[in-house]
Amino acid sequence: MSDIASRVKAIIVEKLGVDESEVTPEASFTNDLGADSLDTVELIMEFEKEFNVAIPDDQAETIGTVGQAVAYLEKNVKA
Amino acid sequence: MEFKRVVVTGLGALTPIGNTVADYWNGLINGVSGAAFIKSFDVTNFKTKFACEVKGFDADGFLGRKDARKLDPFVQYALFSTEEAVKDAGLDFEKLDTSRIGVIWGSGIGGLKTFLDEVVNFAKGDGTPKFNPFFIPKMIADIAPGHISIKYGLRGPNFTTVSACASSNNSLIDAFNYLRLGKANMFITGGSEAIINEAGIGGFNAMHALSTRNDDPATASRPFDLDRDGFVAGEGAGTIILEELEHAKARGAKIYAEMIGGGMSADAYHMTAPHPEGLGACLVMKAALEDAGLTPADVDYVNVHGTSTPIGDPQEVKAITDAFGDRIYDINISSTKSMTGHLLGAAGAVEAIAAILAIKNDIIPPTINHFTDDPAFDPKINFTFNKAQQRVVNVAQSNGFGFGGHNASVIFRKYQD
Repeated sequence: MSDIASRVKAIIVEKLGVDESEVTPEASFTNDLGADSLDTVELIMEFEKEFNVAIPDDQAETIGTVGQAVAYLEKNVKA
Repeated sequence: MEFKRVVVTGLGALTPIGNTVADYWNGLINGVSGAAFIKSFDVTNFKTKFACEVKGFDADGFLGRKDARKLDPFVQYALFSTEEAVKDAGLDFEKLDTSRIGVIWGSGIGGLKTFLDEVVNFAKGDGTPKFNPFFIPKMIADIAPGHISIKYGLRGPNFTTVSACASSNNSLIDAFNYLRLGKANMFITGGSEAIINEAGIGGFNAMHALSTRNDDPATASRPFDLDRDGFVAGEGAGTIILEELEHAKARGAKIYAEMIGGGMSADAYHMTAPHPEGLGACLVMKAALEDAGLTPADVDYVNVHGTSTPIGDPQEVKAITDAFGDRIYDINISSTKSMTGHLLGAAGAVEAIAAILAIKNDIIPPTINHFTDDPAFDPKINFTFNKAQQRVVNVAQSNGFGFGGHNASVIFRKYQD
């Protein structure tokens, strides 16, 4: 697992109170991990803080699964 | 129309002197002080370094970490005391009409800690608003009854009353009135407050409202003592289940007492100082008595607002003297804030519980920390100083007065069929 993926996973485990094993690339924040709309906004904010990026709202709306978050960040975070 | 009768069928308490009703009552009748040096933040630079904090409350253990972090302490406390009251009342909501059960809750301030944390976080940044999406729903004062309704599926009337330190007396009176009018079968009511943080202590210190007796916190809350020097901040929650009598009987409920009256008034004088002649306080006690259909001769015990401030205590004594006439020499008065500190928006609820249990047990909890008589007070008045007293308590009244000049007073009576 990439460094980004493991940090994303840690944030999701912390914020959504889920087990690490549930945080698979296909897992949807809302359908699989019990997030509501406010949780999802908070997750995006945590990603922004952790990786020092700004995720515009129109991009944030496309991030619905763990894999989508990791892919977005791997593309947009400066190494 | 004829009013319906309203009874108390369940109690819950999370207080600085006990995290259950039983422990709270034992603390009260044994004269235990809940005051100690503040543990929840660094008090080095604060004028007042102590308060009556809730002890040993484990939010993560009670709610789970995921939910606990979405709830301000004033909501965590509300859910905790309410769980005790729901169990105590033997409520099985699956067997009850939940559209006829409401929640009316009091809080003076709401989520002050949440507000403080979020604004501090914003101020540390570059001006870009990076507020947590839970900021507003964690903070707003109405969210406690919202969460209680969500947890138990209660779809009756639901809101918060905000009148500073009279808030939960107002919640009790509102619930009582809706029940009398037949608008609901039952209310979960009471109040909670959690302001022991930098903003709460610093803010009340700026007003010179708090005691600064840092060398002896346990005796700092000393209502009616000559050397009283301000109130001691408290925190916690009290839950009271109020129920329409026939509904309570039909489900075989245990009945603690009957709620028989509520009065409300305003000082219309100053934003924080009480009226110097106790005008609003006198009016509210009279209004409550009239509402209950009683005269002063019927009352046995008054749990006073009695915050231990230099100017608040005398105006309340003046008010009781004016409202009760000669009966003042035959009643017991006590300020349980001498033990719990001042729970602000939760004070009315936990003190109503003290009044209800005084009726149930025929014991008057004391006003502790009395050392020196204040010559301003008539020595024939029985303030129940330092030790609990036994007496038959048929009727007990409980007062709450808030910044803004809000006054609210409630009256309970021994239940008789």
